[in-house]
Amino acid sequence: MERKFLMILTLAASTGAAFATEIPPSDVIFTDGAVEASLTGVAGDPENGRLIVGDKGVGNCVACHEISDLADVPFQGTVGPMLDGTGARWSEAELRGIVSNAKMMFDESMMPSFYRVDGFTRPGNEYTGEAADDSFAPLLDAQKVEDVVAYLTTLKE
Amino acid sequence: MKRLTAALTAGLMAASMVSADPVDDTLVLNGETTIVTRIKAPEAVADVFDEVISGWHFREEETRAMQADDFDNPGMIFAELGEDLWNTVEGSEDKSCASCHESPDNMAEVRPGYPKWNEDAGEVRTLEMQINDCRENRMGAEKWKYTGGDMVNMTALLASVSRGRPVNVAIDGPAQSTWEAGKELYYTRFGQLELSCANCHEENNGRMIRADHLSQGQINGFPVYRLKNAKLNAVHDRFKGCIRDTRAETFEAGSPEFIALELYVASRGNGLDVEGPAVRN
Ligand code: HEC
Ligand code: HEC
Repeated sequence: MERKFLMILTLAASTGAAFATEIPPSDVIFTDGAVEASLTGVAGDPENGRLIVGDKGVGNCVACHEISDLADVPFQGTVGPMLDGTGARWSEAELRGIVSNAKMMFDESMMPSFYRVDGFTRPGNEYTGEAADDSFAPLLDAQKVEDVVAYLTTLKE
Repeated sequence: MKRLTAALTAGLMAASMVSADPVDDTLVLNGETTIVTRIKAPEAVADVFDEVISGWHFREEETRAMQADDFDNPGMIFAELGEDLWNTVEGSEDKSCASCHESPDNMAEVRPGYPKWNEDAGEVRTLEMQINDCRENRMGAEKWKYTGGDMVNMTALLASVSRGRPVNVAIDGPAQSTWEAGKELYYTRFGQLELSCANCHEENNGRMIRADHLSQGQINGFPVYRLKNAKLNAVHDRFKGCIRDTRAETFEAGSPEFIALELYVASRGNGLDVEGPAVRN
């Protein structure tokens, strides 16, 4: 009894209050590829989402997608469709689903799952070529997913 | 609503692809030898490609020009270092490669057929394995590190004398099970990014992934001199790099997995001329 109580205390202390309502990757509920509920309950920041999408070291979405709004970011890839107007084509819930796990929306999609932690073949420790260790985490954390989704919804044309 | 936007997606992608097609150009080595850099797809990939195309066509003009002239091709400096090794006597038997094979020109038929089934050993061998077998068992010398400098220089020499001869690896008979294992690896989606060789090099060659123009991932140009790291790169090191970039745990150079993968990837380029040491970025 006492030990359990202590564990809850330490957990709360280490993760912080803001994460109280965060949905962990394995608990995300997909409905026809879309995710209705916010992953954090905290509104996404589109400005930060814009940075994440263009940053090679974070979202690196431009590795595969072109986005006119990010014309200042050089070397945009052409593997996926252009994201101009994606906010008009898809609802917020659909975009949350696509970013969290695109394979739920597009069968066998080449797009990586940004909010998922299991089911990989030989997962590595980032780009070291070594096996994954305890630090293994989703490609984007829950709030970053929300920020990216908030940014995508602004891409109306 | 789960929507399959295939038509929309295909339309958008076709529009952005145009500028990234492989360049229409002919590789003529030193102004005399024309190298076959695109040809009707061999059996192994006839169901997915009409044509197989060397990575040379996906590189910029300066990079292509560099490979066309032996004086400009930095890889040829390493092939020359390989020639020094060829003539170096080493090991308990007091022999060099030249003691048995005489001139490297006698080896022109070798590179195109590897990896290859070795009946006595009962295994598929890469060129590197055969080189080390000669060193250990005929010269009584130490094995070289699989992708170490001496080994890469020697494979550059052996590729250079085969330039202009078509890759022709056997995939049937006793090599078949190894080939099948390689094929399985080629289509496995590795790592946290869940990308297979085929995702990038079969489905998306011609497109850009960030700053990189994706080729078919052919290996007829190996070892390749890369401008990016200014050295010759062995084929298993390239495999390692591509798998690492999927955020996966890679396999080791010389591992059974990479031997099988090499045989399979080589067979996807059967008919393309050997062009190593090639120049890439
Ligand atoms: C390795 C390639 C790759 C990366 C990286 C990638 N995507 Fe995608 N994405 C695709 C592909 C391919 C599709 C097309 C859907 C399909 O058929 O699989 C797609 C589709 C989409 C769509 C639907 C597009 C539309 O309007 O129809 C959105 C939105 C999207 N991606 C956003 C993102 C975001 C945001 C990121 C980064 C956090 C990202 N993608 C990273 C390959 C990628
Ligand atoms: C995330 C995308 C990606 C994946 C997955 C990938 N590669 Fe590559 N590969 C590249 C890029 C980018 C290059 C450099 C440009 C080019 O030649 O395509 C490259 C280059 C190569 C080359 C050099 C071609 C040349 O002419 O020099 C070979 C060979 C190769 N890859 C084989 C493989 C194999 C085998 C696999 C699977 C084990 C694989 N690649 C997986 C992106 C990828």
